[in-house]
Amino acid sequence: MSIFVDKNTRLVVQGITGKEGQFHTRHCISYGTQVVAGVTPGKGGQKMDDVPVFNTVADSVDKAGANCSLIFVPPPFAADAIMEAADAGVDLIVAITEGIPVMDMLKVKNYLKSKPCRLIGPNCPGIITPGQCKVGIMPGPIHKPGGPIGVVSRSGTLTYEVVHQLTQKGIGQTTCIGIGGDPVNGTNFIDCLEAFEADDETRGVVMVGEIGGDAEEKAAEFISARMSKPVVGFIAGLTAPPGRRMGHAGAIISGSSGTAQGKIDSMKAGGIHVCENLGSLGDLCAEVFK
Amino acid sequence: MKIHEYQAKELFRNFGVPVPEGSVAFSPEEAAAAADKLGGFPVVVKAQIHAGGRGKGGGVKLAKSRKEVSSLAGEIIGMNLVTHQTGPSGQKVRKVLVEQGLDIAKELYLSILPDRATATHVIMASEAGGMDIETVAAETPEKIIKVFVDPLLGLQAYQCRQVGFGLNLPPAALKPFFKLLTGLYKLFAQYDCSLVEINPLVLTADDNVLALDAKLDVDSNALYRHRDIQEYRDIDEEDPLEYEASKHNLNYINLQGAGNIGNMVNGAGLAMATMDIIKLAGAEPANFLDVGGGANAEMVENGFRIILGDENVKGILINIFGGILRCDVLAQGVVEAAKKTGLNVPVVVRMEGTNVEEGRKILAESGLNLITAVDLKDAAAKIAEIAGNA
Repeated sequence: MSIFVDKNTRLVVQGITGKEGQFHTRHCISYGTQVVAGVTPGKGGQKMDDVPVFNTVADSVDKAGANCSLIFVPPPFAADAIMEAADAGVDLIVAITEGIPVMDMLKVKNYLKSKPCRLIGPNCPGIITPGQCKVGIMPGPIHKPGGPIGVVSRSGTLTYEVVHQLTQKGIGQTTCIGIGGDPVNGTNFIDCLEAFEADDETRGVVMVGEIGGDAEEKAAEFISARMSKPVVGFIAGLTAPPGRRMGHAGAIISGSSGTAQGKIDSMKAGGIHVCENLGSLGDLCAEVFK
Repeated sequence: MKIHEYQAKELFRNFGVPVPEGSVAFSPEEAAAAADKLGGFPVVVKAQIHAGGRGKGGGVKLAKSRKEVSSLAGEIIGMNLVTHQTGPSGQKVRKVLVEQGLDIAKELYLSILPDRATATHVIMASEAGGMDIETVAAETPEKIIKVFVDPLLGLQAYQCRQVGFGLNLPPAALKPFFKLLTGLYKLFAQYDCSLVEINPLVLTADDNVLALDAKLDVDSNALYRHRDIQEYRDIDEEDPLEYEASKHNLNYINLQGAGNIGNMVNGAGLAMATMDIIKLAGAEPANFLDVGGGANAEMVENGFRIILGDENVKGILINIFGGILRCDVLAQGVVEAAKKTGLNVPVVVRMEGTNVEEGRKILAESGLNLITAVDLKDAAAKIAEIAGNA
């Protein structure tokens, strides 16, 4: 078991002929992901390695049976690419692109309300079900297949760090999801926690947050009210100054809201095992999930 | 990106949002000439810096004569203005806005910003204008009106009425207020603003509404489609090292504090967590620096230069999670960059990921002052020891 992606996922890569698109498509394929199509408008009929390229996402769905899209389209065109994928009827859209204007994402998010699909990202590393399917840019080999722990995070390399520590301790992962560092994103912590709670194979979750917004506070309420599985949490940005965007567009303390301490307090109150020192996260997980 | 009040007011005028008459001046003479154009006193002389709290800091003054305008402008231009937003070092004032004085009946608050939780545009308004809105929200939340606008539909007339009646405006001021709000919303949406704020919005004795102050931030990710806003960039308002970093596409933030440990990390979340772990180990981080998920030798070299540009830095911690980017390639980059920049402080390198053993070997054999750490805890302990000896 796993959540959102597995060995049956049939992937189309939007922006497959670009430098990033080519590079990461090859890594997804070598990990074992079924990449059934690519899309680059105007390059329909060509091939990227052995992957057929189409002009539109709709064609990739009709002709290659794609049900999940991975987006490497540059920021000015990325919102359009997400809406195209949703309109074409894929079930899952994973947007890697960093730097999409907030106004565009507000429109996309409202547009998606009427579509039966899930968006992960943007500005994220993607999603991986170790040993089955990698839809993203994360390094495959640091993961350990077979579960029993789910990982959900707003970050990229920080997620790799967490996964690496789990693997070093011999703790495998069911699915690892980067939900992205932008202020307006698709799938949120609660969506993932709910899915992990319902997944038979997942026995616990590691949740990695950071400063900005109140997604961690809301997740803490959800965990306290609705989750039976143990959750280990980590929040980055205790030393971040207020009013500054810390690399991620969404990582900003506004006035007195969105602070790391506030999130840590909410998470502790929600019964989450909060790790205060990233260096000890693996140890804490080994203890909580034993 | 932040812009100045006088620039925001230029945009306000273009969108039919009434503002007081006035113009910007770079010298006392220009300020006096600007006052002449207003045709009467009093006039207000306002320091133009990218920070709030200017009035409390002594950067906003009322002048009753031409002579007073030039003497006040002379005091303000060149002063180091310290406000709660500038930090203790303050910000040097290089220009003032000279504006007509108004007959104010009431001060209100109005802002529009994207709301990340509801994915809408939220209009916030309050009768408690002229005060810090965070304080109003904390102490008297019932005094804040919030109206959520669907980004696909835009602002509707009934929503203007919700705000206008909510503010208890006199009937004669409603129509001018609806026009102002409509213009402000158009500006907000068209220019990808992350905030437009009028505090105070004033109701005059003759039932007019005007933006006495103007604050406008534009989403940096959307600047590619707003060339005119790019022209508004004022490098004098930026930290010189942060400006240098931005030219190399590096995410660098100078923490302007007591920190003496520079750090360079790939990825924003890991960079924040690295700052935190430096602090937990008993040392103080000097900066945030994210060289991006796919760091290369050139970026590491630029990163070194920028970190070393901060003279407080006594040691550097490099924390790289080499995923698809191999650690041996990275180590090679670090060694080259260290040689080129003539590194003169100790550097602790913590690498993890693909080919990490080869990477560590390259660092160890480089003959440079590069200390290898095996994991995060080890890295933090080693850098704290350096800080302790510095």
